[in-house]
Amino acid sequence: MEKLNLGKRNVVPNGARQILIMTKYTFLDYFRSRRFFVLLIIALAIGALLTGIVGYFRPASFITSVLAFYSSWWGTSVTFIVILSAVFFGGDAISGEFQNKTGYFLVGNPIRRSSIYIGKYLAAFIAAVIILAVFTVITLGNGFYYFGSSSIPYQFVESFILAILYTASALGLTFFFSSLFKSSTMSILTTIILLLFVFSLVSVLIESLANIQPTFILTYGAQVITNVLSNPYPPAVTTSSAGPGSHFILTVYNVGLSEGIAIMLVYFAVASVAGLLIFERKEFI
Amino acid sequence: MNVPSIQAISLTKKYGSFTALSNLNIKIEGAKCVGFLGPNGAGKTTTLKLFTDMIRPTSGQAFINGIDVHKEKKKALASVGTLIETPQIYPSLTEREALLMVAEIKGVPPDSLEKSVKEVVDKVKMQAWLDKKIGKMSKGMQQRINVAAALLGDPEVVLLDEPTSGLDPRGMSEVRDIIKDLKKENRLIFMSSHILSEVSEMCDEVAMIDHGKLLAYGPIEDVVSRFSDKHAGVVEVSLIKPIKDSALKRIRTINGVRSLEKLDTRRFNLKLSGGIKTQQAVLAKLVKLNIGIIGFKPSSSALEETYLSVFKETV
Repeated sequence: MEKLNLGKRNVVPNGARQILIMTKYTFLDYFRSRRFFVLLIIALAIGALLTGIVGYFRPASFITSVLAFYSSWWGTSVTFIVILSAVFFGGDAISGEFQNKTGYFLVGNPIRRSSIYIGKYLAAFIAAVIILAVFTVITLGNGFYYFGSSSIPYQFVESFILAILYTASALGLTFFFSSLFKSSTMSILTTIILLLFVFSLVSVLIESLANIQPTFILTYGAQVITNVLSNPYPPAVTTSSAGPGSHFILTVYNVGLSEGIAIMLVYFAVASVAGLLIFERKEFI
Repeated sequence: MNVPSIQAISLTKKYGSFTALSNLNIKIEGAKCVGFLGPNGAGKTTTLKLFTDMIRPTSGQAFINGIDVHKEKKKALASVGTLIETPQIYPSLTEREALLMVAEIKGVPPDSLEKSVKEVVDKVKMQAWLDKKIGKMSKGMQQRINVAAALLGDPEVVLLDEPTSGLDPRGMSEVRDIIKDLKKENRLIFMSSHILSEVSEMCDEVAMIDHGKLLAYGPIEDVVSRFSDKHAGVVEVSLIKPIKDSALKRIRTINGVRSLEKLDTRRFNLKLSGGIKTQQAVLAKLVKLNIGIIGFKPSSSALEETYLSVFKETV
């Protein structure tokens, strides 16, 4: 069939440029949304609560050493903030395009679906990192107060970078479920139940009952964020006795640094590619 | 420069055992407005979605300006404006930002972005809301922005799915005026609608579809006259000056005129006994009467009669 000579037309930007356009405007939408504000309040509230408790009660686990402080403060809270960020910004990122029909505004334009997906992912990632950064500032502020500004251990820097990686993986997973379901409620519920309850439960069960290292579970890999704040690094396996007569042996696996990074990277890659492929094939019926 | 075109070749869409669109073959080219008619579930929106790659064809191909939409979506839609169903826009963006986003995606040059947005916003009369958040706007306002978004980037082909849906009467009238203006600018407009008067007023041609099959396509007069064996064609005549009763008497005697219905002092409907050739002959005679004709078009009721004739068995 003969093609049309379009003459002087607008030049549609390349994929990379369109990803940036999507990122810019989706981030604007996130940044002004109620969910961003709510998440910011949650991060500030956790920070304020910890500040108050540590300041008033001075628990030994927090103030005996600088590493103990960051381990107790950051290690216990940051994964929760990462999961909430992933669910808030990624839970309905793709399913909402179908359910709310925002996709109808975009998909009919000369843009590939992959550009929409990646652009939205980057916007969600930036928004999540901002929340993480706010919590980091509160953590460092308290660390400076108790141990001085020159006291940031290199392990905390490692842990912060690993938390960023965990954010990327958790968002990859939430985007996958968001792509899989057309209902935003379904995708949000699935990811929050999976990341907060199911993964942890399965991990504990197969570690303690079957003595299997749960290297296929994302939250297990994310334990590396806390583990790097321990000196020495926790042993690969620890066992303890429990129950009447101490007959019941509990096995706990501690993920290694390279293992943890690998698990998070694999989750990020597999979930992101699978989510993108599903979105590419999904129809706006 | 070649004329804009859209073409479907054996285009079929099935959902399991249900056939939403069956072997659609149609080629439309040139600067014109084509109304796409059919009852609910006939396959109109399915066709438009196939032309925008929102759904994949089960078989067949959809081309815009000679480019396969499914294989080369970005290229095919490079000069296309679309409005499918009633899209929602990210609620926290302002009207300006939402339109800038689409303009940037379409490749409007950076130095023309604001100007382009201002032009389309002026057309849909949404200037006062430019920096207000979309989430605070009514459905009708959002639909105006959707229309504005479809016009961004100076598209050659405009695909509209019930564009006046959700608009108040003023909004509907304004969108119709916009579409009429687009026709003058070497654009092809392919528009589905349930409002027959709208199609009759704006479109040059009409395509009728039912149960996923194309039943008729051509100039409105032709389609109307094709079904005029059973239903006489009706044309609406508009005049620049009031018509006298004596002139009306003479018109009633013109060969081919079955009846005359006066609508007001400057408009009347003629029911004709034949098709397009009768229309041509009657028009020639009316011109000779020197009654100041400024309009001669198939009336919406003629299209309605045709519609009802074509789709009489549709539930």
